[in-house]
Amino acid sequence: MASEKEVKLLDFWVSPFGVRTRIALEEKEVEYEYKEEKNLNLGEKSELLLKSNPVHKKIPVLIHHDKPICESLIIVQYIDEVFPSKTPILPSDPYARALARFWADFVDKKISQYALRVWKLKKGEELEETKKELVENLRTLEAELGEKKYFGGEDFGLVDIAFVPFTSWFYSFQAFDLLSVEDEFPKLAAWGKRCIERKSVAKSLSEPKKLYEFLSARRKVLGVE
Amino acid sequence: MSKSNVVLLDHWVSPYAMRVRIALWEKGVDFESKQQDLSNKSELLLRSNPIYKKAPVLLHDDKPLCESLIIVGYIDEVWPSPPLLPSSSYERATARFWADFIDKKFAEAATKLWRSARSTEELEAAKKEFFETLKQLEEFLGEKDYFGGENFGLVDLALIPFWSWFSAYEKFGGFKIESPKLYAWMQRCMERESVAKALPAQEKVLEFVCTLRKILGFDQ
Repeated sequence: MASEKEVKLLDFWVSPFGVRTRIALEEKEVEYEYKEEKNLNLGEKSELLLKSNPVHKKIPVLIHHDKPICESLIIVQYIDEVFPSKTPILPSDPYARALARFWADFVDKKISQYALRVWKLKKGEELEETKKELVENLRTLEAELGEKKYFGGEDFGLVDIAFVPFTSWFYSFQAFDLLSVEDEFPKLAAWGKRCIERKSVAKSLSEPKKLYEFLSARRKVLGVE
Repeated sequence: MSKSNVVLLDHWVSPYAMRVRIALWEKGVDFESKQQDLSNKSELLLRSNPIYKKAPVLLHDDKPLCESLIIVGYIDEVWPSPPLLPSSSYERATARFWADFIDKKFAEAATKLWRSARSTEELEAAKKEFFETLKQLEEFLGEKDYFGGENFGLVDLALIPFWSWFSAYEKFGGFKIESPKLYAWMQRCMERESVAKALPAQEKVLEFVCTLRKILGFDQ
């Protein structure tokens, strides 16, 4: 088990990418120091963040033995390799691993950009387009889940970790009258509830109502409401 | 391994397909290349990659794999020798980071140069972005022979295909790429049989891009 000083996480509580890394660390029962970039939404970045991620200047950054690792899915795979446990995040079969990476990448390419934009758009064509893309891609994702317990089958894994942080946003999507995941994607909603039964997920997810308050305030500033 | 076990739904000019060809040849894997007509997509392509409908797709014993870096990762795991990724977990994460950088930042900036910049301002912005990413890559390369250090690896493989597109970037970007460090690295990579075989001549790529731009409505 890593001592607290060995592992640090630079993060911002709103970030679904940060939540991914927190879940992975919790899954492996790694003790770590959580460092919040408190004023990230005001555009302020700490010295440590700028030094640790000079290329993208973004959170999350995992710092292990003073060495930084960036990009959430890369961090999660690093955590899986360095802290082995009874619950591997990636399967052992190469083809299953490739499929897991493909679908985690799909969440990044086809879900996150729309999910993280749809709430800040004023009524109009761009909002409709963004909603359409999000809904279409959620449909694809739900089809991939099918009747499985988790995306990886019986075992919670990379794709679940990649997507579950976005479940915190479902409450806001509904409250902002954008999308009801419960109604339109019942399988995804049920999967979300199964995931939250895991300690690692329950501990790490951004609290939906708190997130809603944060996003509401941002919407006012942006003139969306 | 029989040739038909490994089939690549291929496209001669795609840097992403070149990556897969390089990886397979580096590992000495026999494969069948099926050139795809992306303007008239085959049943096989659409069935194998229903999400993105793009090449490259690797079919290994009929099981499809999509997205070039994921395919390369798979190839590296199934045929471990010679390794494309380093053995230390930290160095592996670093390699994956820079391969991802090439996809997210470099390739996107490069594509803007010939494909989407329609005004002078857009082109200037695209050029700035392109040179910024090139500078970051140069910095990471440093004095090393390869991005991976002493050995050709994932990051080298991820970037080198774009060398075949440099004439096109220079022509439509309206600049000359002056980087002795990168140039030396590219020459080093081109000495590898896998790379020399995989990359089409720059003139052929330029011709292709010129034709494509006319179809897209540039350069009337």
